[in-house]
Amino acid sequence: MIINLAELLQYRFFTNALLAATLTSIACGIIGTYIVSRRIVFISGGITHASFGGIGIGYYYGFSPILGAALFAVLSALGIEMISKRSGVREDSLIGILWSFGMATGIIFIFMSPGYAPDLMGYLFGNIMTVSDGILIVMAILSTIIVLFFIIFYKPILFIAFDQEYAKTHNYPVQLMNSVLITLVALTIVMSIKVAGIILVLSLLTLPQTTANTFSKDFRTIMIWSVIFAFTGSFTGLLISFEMNIPSGASIIFSLILIFLVFKVLYWAITRMRVIKQLKKNKL
Amino acid sequence: MEKILEISSLTAGYGDQVVLSDINLTVYEKDFIGIIGPNGGGKTTLLKAVMGLVKPFSGKVKFFHRESGDDRNIIGYLPQMNNLDRDFPISVTDVVLSGLMSKEGVFSRYSGRQKELALNLLEKLGIYNLRKKPVGELSGGQLQRVYLCRALISSPRLLMLDEPNTFVDTRFETDFYEILRELNEEMAVIIVSHDVGTITWYVKTIACVNRNLHYHRSNVITQEQLEAYNCPIQIITHGDVPHTVLKKHGKNHDN
Repeated sequence: MIINLAELLQYRFFTNALLAATLTSIACGIIGTYIVSRRIVFISGGITHASFGGIGIGYYYGFSPILGAALFAVLSALGIEMISKRSGVREDSLIGILWSFGMATGIIFIFMSPGYAPDLMGYLFGNIMTVSDGILIVMAILSTIIVLFFIIFYKPILFIAFDQEYAKTHNYPVQLMNSVLITLVALTIVMSIKVAGIILVLSLLTLPQTTANTFSKDFRTIMIWSVIFAFTGSFTGLLISFEMNIPSGASIIFSLILIFLVFKVLYWAITRMRVIKQLKKNKL
Repeated sequence: MEKILEISSLTAGYGDQVVLSDINLTVYEKDFIGIIGPNGGGKTTLLKAVMGLVKPFSGKVKFFHRESGDDRNIIGYLPQMNNLDRDFPISVTDVVLSGLMSKEGVFSRYSGRQKELALNLLEKLGIYNLRKKPVGELSGGQLQRVYLCRALISSPRLLMLDEPNTFVDTRFETDFYEILRELNEEMAVIIVSHDVGTITWYVKTIACVNRNLHYHRSNVITQEQLEAYNCPIQIITHGDVPHTVLKKHGKNHDN
């Protein structure tokens, strides 16, 4: 069966999924570049898993699990940022603790919740087909904030991320900027849970960036290409998920990995050809 | 001579550990001070305290500027390079421009004039051809020059360098000191270095830092003086640099 895109676009759930993929790609492309450049992938993993605690509490007390996740994510993000500096607990150990604490809290509350936990697999592995209008609006607002923030504060974001100490000597509000950015990281993660799920969301924040990083070493360029790659991967993954009837989160990740491999091989082939050309030139 | 920086009874350290105790130092225009001292003696901490990276327990650091403005802006700072992330996606020109951070607002983009300023500096230090390269592709010596450009772009009144010769190749080293000598015509220079033999050749005065600071108003220093300053360091000599070779230091020394 060949997918008829025009036909699919008539379904509300499909246009919603497509919109969600677009908005997530914008947010994840930008925030992911910051995460990868600053090497805070592990922190992001900690935030992601800690948010599961909020999902469990949401189920148990009957409010939106995503709201609970956002609360847990932001608190643990700021916690890692602040506590590790003051308490003398090593940062990566603290991340490990929050990571498992969140997961433990989540599973306890879900277990205690009466009846069946609907869409639990969706939170763990993502289900882009069930995105509601309300979440789309939240996604749109957050993506807009992120885009504007990175356009307006591009210079300080770049310079503080590159060399915090030096930025401090110029009286930059380093602490404030780091806190705002880590909060945006946490919110982006939570908003992407719908698309890729807690277990897979990190790939949206690292794979497009790593792909872009194969041919660019410029923050801005990596940011733009990451958005493009994230979107291409999500869109392809979405179609594959329809066509083969497999979970959308996983098929999106596979598409992203495929793009990464294609670029890696292409880049390798191009540099290889350049080397051969150079060698031939030297011989003549 | 105009004052640029005045450090008075500064005591600083980390946690509950005192690294520097009761430091007094005044820096004037055209000064060229070499800071020497043993490892862990507090040389880097002194620079960091001046830059506001280490909060002093007590004492004061005072800046004197021609026009009113940001305090630390009068200093061009070249930190030690060991905590740099080489994979960070940033270009040489952007690193140099980041030296203008506090002069410009948080929002504003760089003007053409500022970019020109950055490129001129890169040209002056012979690395114009590297302007578009990501920092990860530079050698240690090249990176050091990029950092020097970053320190210089705000036209500081005082240039502070922390171990600038760690990664510099020997071929560039002499150039580097000549550049500093030239810069010294326009600004005061403070340099922290392990390579005591070479810096005493270029500097005008010497400050020995080992928990305390002893200011030596000459670039010739003898073994007796170093011992009197409680400054157990070894001087490796180069050619006809005035020098003293020290033996390993004993336990107790009176100041």
